[in-house]
Amino acid sequence: MIKESSLLAEQASFREMIKAGDYFIKVLNKGQTLRILDIEGNQAADTLFYNAQNPAERYNAMDTIREQASIYLTAGSKLLSNENNTMLEITADTCGRHDTIGGACATESNTVRYSLEKKCMHACRDSWMLAVAENEEFGIDKRDITHNINFFMNVPVTEQGGLTFEDGISAPGKYVEMKAYMDTIVLLSNCPQLNNPCNGYNPTPIEILIWD
Amino acid sequence: MNDNILYEDEIPGGAHWSMLMRAGTSLKLIDKLGGANVGMLFYNPLNKLERYNAPDTLKCQHTFKLTYGHCLYSDMGRIFCSVIKDNVGWHDTIGANTTKKIVAERWGEHNYQDYKNDWYLNGHDSFLVELAKYGMSERDMAANLNLFSKVVVNDEGNMSFVDGNSKAGDSIELRFEMDTLVIFHTCPHPMNVAKEYPKKPVTYQIRKTDGVSEDDYCRNFCDENQRGFKNTELYNIGCGC
Repeated sequence: MIKESSLLAEQASFREMIKAGDYFIKVLNKGQTLRILDIEGNQAADTLFYNAQNPAERYNAMDTIREQASIYLTAGSKLLSNENNTMLEITADTCGRHDTIGGACATESNTVRYSLEKKCMHACRDSWMLAVAENEEFGIDKRDITHNINFFMNVPVTEQGGLTFEDGISAPGKYVEMKAYMDTIVLLSNCPQLNNPCNGYNPTPIEILIWD
Repeated sequence: MNDNILYEDEIPGGAHWSMLMRAGTSLKLIDKLGGANVGMLFYNPLNKLERYNAPDTLKCQHTFKLTYGHCLYSDMGRIFCSVIKDNVGWHDTIGANTTKKIVAERWGEHNYQDYKNDWYLNGHDSFLVELAKYGMSERDMAANLNLFSKVVVNDEGNMSFVDGNSKAGDSIELRFEMDTLVIFHTCPHPMNVAKEYPKKPVTYQIRKTDGVSEDDYCRNFCDENQRGFKNTELYNIGCGC
């Protein structure tokens, strides 16, 4: 569902550009709103959420889609934790739908999906691993890395049971916005994947904006 | 025909168990009455941080449903097991689990005090009990399989549970390609809104397999599986990354 935001970028309390292949980790306080802006279009933002007070409580992709009875995330979607609490709600979305069943790229899964020789190509999971290693104060390690949201990514499923990665439905300037219902750690990898259409074969920067 | 059953047992409906399956053995699960659900997770016993990864399993085989020919992948690009037989046709891996809350709201609370072993267990807590036996917790959970269950998605993305997917006597056989810790329960699928709490027993059989031939159907199901088998073979000869 397309829903525009009334928030003005110049009134944001925080703005940061994240280059492709880099990570972003920060606590979003309860009541704050986070916007992820797809600056150049067709850029996947692989995102995980944790309760800042207890990171064992985390975003649960499968519970989220089952409870809303739809596999796509968009405005109105409540992002649920493994404790069945609403962590965030998507409050604006100019893209229309986002994936949460396609998972993130990892060097090991790249070998399966593309070629055994591609095992040293940069991948989202490496960005997350570096993020949690460089930011130990968040109390997150590989155990906590679970199934993420791929903002701006298009993974259609057919009634016959097919699943494909399609060209993104995002475009320059599209964004998604969500409001935090609890103090939430945002762990994001701006996807470096070069081998499929999720980034239009050309990973580009995104911008993070936060409003109090 | 290889029918040397090493072990056979039955798990009642709404129960849980776990076991270590060795590479080269198979686990056949049989839906005794029809309408069973088996929630299942896999871990590498030598490094429990390596676990079943549903998104990787789906995307590398371009499928939403799981059936004969598919391999069930870890997050490390390896294959825990392959579906070497299946007459169900569709197994789910995105529905996740019932919780205490879902079971109580749908079927009423049946606690142990009042109902003894006829109490109503839920999939989430069943996994927690089995995981704890190996030093694992909620943090180690992942999206599980729901064998015998079918969830379809229409063009708008709406999900629905399909009743009657598995019939009495239907079965699926998994061949283990590496040593695997198998955690499972027989609690209902969380999208099953049957009037009564479905208590559906499952028979399981363990066999020694003939191994993986060059023309193996699962191995050659797609290019991705050939590479997944290569990764797993490398691991099994001791050169795994």
